[in-house]
Formats: sequence, C-alpha cells, structure tokens
Amino acid sequence: MIYEVFRQERRGKPFEHAGSVEAPDARFAETWAREQYGRRGESEALWLVARDALHEVHDFPDEFDLKYRRVDGYSLKARLKEARERAGTDPARAR
Amino acid sequence: MNERARILLELADDELVIGWRDSEWTGIAPTLEEDVAFSSIAQNEIGHARAAYELAARELGTTADELAYDRDPSEYRCSPLVQPRLLDWAHAIARRCLYEEADRERITALIEADDAEVAALARKIDREEAYHRMHAELWAERLRGQPRFEQALADLRPRLDGERGSDNDEFRELWEEMTSVRRSAPGAEW
Repeated sequence: MIYEVFRQERRGKPFEHAGSVEAPDARFAETWAREQYGRRGESEALWLVARDALHEVHDFPDEFDLKYRRVDGYSLKARLKEARERAGTDPARAR
Repeated sequence: MNERARILLELADDELVIGWRDSEWTGIAPTLEEDVAFSSIAQNEIGHARAAYELAARELGTTADELAYDRDPSEYRCSPLVQPRLLDWAHAIARRCLYEEADRERITALIEADDAEVAALARKIDREEAYHRMHAELWAERLRGQPRFEQALADLRPRLDGERGSDNDEFRELWEEMTSVRRSAPGAEW
C-alpha cells in the first residue's frame, strides 16, 4: 500500500506533501517514514495518509470565461484594446 | 582497565560492529524503504558507538578513533552475535530482534547507573533505540512462524550467551576490512 507523507517543518507551519512510502501497513509506513522524512531534524510532525483514502478532485471547467471571479482577474490589456478599437480612440491611430 | 571503561567499550564495540554489519545491507535490502531505514539504523548504531568511545577515550587517555580502529583485533570486546556477516534477510532481521532485546536490558541498567555521565549517554541512546525496537518488533511480528525466520532465531540465539571477544577468524576478517583505510596510511591526519 502506498502512503502519502505530509511533513510539517516547524510547529505552526502547514503540512506539505513530502513524498510517499510503500508499506504493508500503517506501522511499517510509520517506521519507514520516520527514517526517510524525520531523521535529520527536518520535521516537526508527519501525516501519513493511505493513498486510497485520499479523495482526489480535479477538472475545473471555465467554459464561460469567468476569470473575473479569480483574484488574478483577467488581462485588461486585450479588452482595453478591443474597447478602444470599437470606440475609434486607438491612441496609435489618433497620433 | 577499570569497570567503567570496560562497560563503555563493550557497548561501543557491539554498536560499531553491528552498525558495520548492518550497513552491508545498504543497497540490497528487500525494498527501497527498508533499505533506507535499515541503513539509517545502522548509522545510528555507529553514532552510539562514537559517543561511547568518546567517553571511554577520556577515561583511557586516548581518542575515539583510535579505540574504534587502531586496536589489535584481539582486543575488541564485542558479542559473538554482532560479528558474523549475515547476507540472508531472515538472519539479519533475527539478529536485529535479538540485539534490540539484549540492548534494551543493558541500556535500561545503564540509565539506572550511579554514573551520571554514563546514565545520560544511555538515555540519549535509548531515545533512538525506541524506534529501532519498533522496527525490529514489526518485522518479528510479520515473520513470526515463518520457518526461515524461526530457524534464523534458533541459529543465532546461542550467540547471545557466547563469550565476548574478538580472537577468532570471523572477527579478524571483519577487522581487516574495517581498519584497512587507516592502516593504509599509518599516522595520517584525517
């Protein structure tokens, strides 16, 4: 069975995916993960999660270009250019 | 040699030699995960040896390296359990199990010793040994009842009670390998 290993570097920091170990059960996974991800003082704590227990989610369709709802927004440049062309106020042409 | 130095050298010699023998599994263990863990445990044991040699060296007016590598092959005080090269997994794991059992008794006794320095070293060692024991117990549970493992335990158990010492061919061979680099450049500053 494959266990995904999440590692917390210091108390209070988030757990981040560090890798995985293949082990017959959770206790072997613990022993092996300790040696691989904890022996150099690089971890405050580990989470071991059987890969089967992970509920994976992907595919986030954005068919209607709703990028404006995202924090990074959409590119203003292209839209501004479009708008200027429609209005006939392209600064390049006006000059 | 006084009692304190004798105890420290027995501990250090056992840890050095089992660390050396177990490190022979680096790269050839049954799975990569076990390979990393087994090698790491072997390295821990050599770390324990180093700490014990350092204490003994102060007692004896020498250095840890000299104690580890420059003694005559007949002067080592390790148990016959740790000496043979065991390149059969059932035997290597059986030895780890037997060693951890015996080591636990020794370390527990040292923790309770009147000697504060030795007790502090034993406590430090014990914190790592807790995980070595966990590793050994997991394997013992997994392999218990398997004929190869049971046979390996039966083969090795008598060595636990064998007389300490290194005046034998098995150890001389190990010593030749273990000390060859230092002997190749006598008196060198590393």
